[in-house]
Amino acid sequence: MNGFIQWANETMFLWKALIIIVIFAITLGIAAYSTWAERKVAGYIQDRPGPNRAGWGGLLQPLADAGKMFFKEDFIPAQADKWLFILGPCLSMLTALMSSAVVPFGDAFIIGGKAVTVQAIEINIGILYVFGVVSLGVYGVMIGGWASNNKFSLLGAIRAASQNISYELAMGMSIIAILMMTGSLSLRTIVEQQHGFNWNIFYQPLGCLIFIVCAFAECNRTPFDLPECETELVGGYHTEYSSMKLGFYLFAEYINMFASSAVTACLFFGGYNYPGMDWVQAQLVGAFGQTVGQNIATFIGIGSMFTKILFGIFFFMWVRWTVPRFRYDQLMNLGWKGLIPLAVGNMIITAVAMLSGYKLAGIWIGLAVLILIISIFWALRPRKEAAVLGA
Amino acid sequence: MLSDFGIVLLALIFAAVALMLVFGISWLLRPKKPTIEKLTTYESGEDPIGNANIRFNIRFYVVALIFILFDVELVFLFPWATVFGNKEFIEQTNGQWGWFTLVEMVIFIVVLALGLAYVWAKGHLEWVKPEIKASKFKGKVPMSMYENVNKKYEEL
Repeated sequence: MNGFIQWANETMFLWKALIIIVIFAITLGIAAYSTWAERKVAGYIQDRPGPNRAGWGGLLQPLADAGKMFFKEDFIPAQADKWLFILGPCLSMLTALMSSAVVPFGDAFIIGGKAVTVQAIEINIGILYVFGVVSLGVYGVMIGGWASNNKFSLLGAIRAASQNISYELAMGMSIIAILMMTGSLSLRTIVEQQHGFNWNIFYQPLGCLIFIVCAFAECNRTPFDLPECETELVGGYHTEYSSMKLGFYLFAEYINMFASSAVTACLFFGGYNYPGMDWVQAQLVGAFGQTVGQNIATFIGIGSMFTKILFGIFFFMWVRWTVPRFRYDQLMNLGWKGLIPLAVGNMIITAVAMLSGYKLAGIWIGLAVLILIISIFWALRPRKEAAVLGA
Repeated sequence: MLSDFGIVLLALIFAAVALMLVFGISWLLRPKKPTIEKLTTYESGEDPIGNANIRFNIRFYVVALIFILFDVELVFLFPWATVFGNKEFIEQTNGQWGWFTLVEMVIFIVVLALGLAYVWAKGHLEWVKPEIKASKFKGKVPMSMYENVNKKYEEL
């Protein structure tokens, strides 16, 4: 056994493969149970019980759904492009799965005297990788919608592509404000810099807001779910899909929710850090010794990370069942005329605040000035006379 | 020993294998009984009319074009952001590094913002809004009658 651990430590290959499989399994598990949680949350918000037949509290519902996906007949429309039709959902799912693989879920475990970090892929350009993989997700939707050879699908796909690329810009700019403070593209370094309670949300409140709004748009979630809005486009880009391929699209959405909650937690809410972590670690090391104490502390860190992720997913659902859908011109106006100028302003405020030497105070004063300027312009804006109904 | 991006490849292979496995299992389990009706394109239950490659709003194309310009500029901001707050560079230049790079980048961003302002002023960001039309309809029942009815129920 010791020889085996030594061999695994030397190559790191086995640990990494194991962690990748575990993280994929956790991602899929959480995505599956998000579908149950979504219905439960929707139920409670609308004052009804939600799923409660399959298993205790409806807990077996995701399994029943998965079974249905497996056993349903899957037909490819005669007019559709067969290979692209299959490629679309696969690409969607693949990019969704890959994006969660670079997230650092916890600090390092010490196994056989060697630190093994709780992160599937540890690359020094983590955030750039996430950004790239997420933008590849557009292709899944676009290819699927195009290959269906259906008018609803095509319209849904074009809307999705247009929306995703618009919000990607604001998202990138809000990330740049973070990168200026951290000076690193590695997600692990960014998380490590937020040690204890030194979270980025206190330095980047506006950046966080912009990032979360863009994450909603990138995941095609309400209030930005125009690509699949059922009142106008039947099913949007997945109108023609059935069985497992439809399952892939729906699942990819939930995995994206998980991944974007995880990335938000890493960038703004301290990842696996929590207030008083040094004290907890010192107590554990004192009680159980160096190795075991460190490993238990890592476990608590992972717990704190998952608490934040699960709250993020709950937030997605909360918003979905509270806020109505945007109209398309409102969506594009918010993206291009609202978020992008705000993100540029946030970037410049951050830069000046950092150079002035008073980072925290500078950013808050800058934001206050920005809000003041915007409200002055808002108050002085030219007003059109509103058309009166039935006059 | 695997390099960092070797692990990315490993994860990619794992993910692809998992997808193929799921697809394969569902392919084995599901029924295959296609009929002509099932394989027609869905168009609200009617027979589909014409080609599905319809004309769509030119705005989508314009948005994609503007996006390309901005995204390329965004790519230049990423490396700048990582060296902007670099303490070594700031020390070596007695603090001039930060202000120098900031001014450089502000010029760059102003050019970017000018592009946005141009597109905005040209109206390329305007989408067709639903028009609220005042009704021209004049009924035979005078409005005062409705008001009287309302008053009657308010008193109750």
